[in-house]
Amino acid sequence: MARMKFLCDTERCIECNGCVTACFNENDIPWGISRRRVVTINDGVPGERSVSVACMHCSDAPCMAVCPTDCFYKTEEGVVLHDKDMCIGCGYCFFACPFGAPQFPNGPSAFAARGKMDKCTFCAGGPEENGSKAEQEKYGRNRLAEGKLPLCAEMCSTKALLAGDAAVISDIFRERVMHRGKGGDAWGWSTAYGKQEQTRERTQEREQKREGTK
Amino acid sequence: MKTRLTFAAISAVLAVALAGCGERPQVVEYKQGTYSGKPDNPPWDGARFGGNKQAWESAVNNRAQAQNEYKRTN
Repeated sequence: MARMKFLCDTERCIECNGCVTACFNENDIPWGISRRRVVTINDGVPGERSVSVACMHCSDAPCMAVCPTDCFYKTEEGVVLHDKDMCIGCGYCFFACPFGAPQFPNGPSAFAARGKMDKCTFCAGGPEENGSKAEQEKYGRNRLAEGKLPLCAEMCSTKALLAGDAAVISDIFRERVMHRGKGGDAWGWSTAYGKQEQTRERTQEREQKREGTK
Repeated sequence: MKTRLTFAAISAVLAVALAGCGERPQVVEYKQGTYSGKPDNPPWDGARFGGNKQAWESAVNNRAQAQNEYKRTN
């Protein structure tokens, strides 16, 4: 195994920000750092879509390529992590990342004054002893070592955000799409008012009854 | 004399024109650096799983399947 990935189902995301809150709470993240955020496209327009974004744990991570101190590493499970003791806060990873995942405690400060970079760890901690106090303080909770998945995905109320082995979560997503169909079926219109055939049948029944009473 | 000058001029023009043929590729090929930080333990190497990778994998897989409500409800 395994390539740990996140997958966000935009048909299901309701922009509740539960994933963001879960992440803040589980990893004791200070204000000013957003390891995860919910982005809404066409906000307020019918058909708007929201997507929960964090580090995507890229297969070919640009942050790893640009880091001048080589503080990034990829675990056997495909999670991109970094050693905060090596980070010099240069911000190159922030500019390289297409998702804006790397965060800095001092915000947009001068070179090297941004502080140690912080990002989503897939709830896998960092290069400290698994479950230790040092790991919790520097990187947040190591849920993977407890046999659990990232809390953002596990507590997503609509299960829009999936986390786990890429093959497993794509199977879940595929099965879901096969069940729900597309268009009106995807967002429940047909569930509430019936599919077209059912509506047609009901109309025919009504007409037959009406003709019978005449 | 005139022939020599013409020959020299043509040679100079050819040398300038063909200079571009020796151009080296200028696209940078990024190479991933070698990690230089502290080594990390794998997630199954802790108190919970005691180094049993298979147990950890099955625990995580079970957990992943809990995200599939079609399996949870049926």
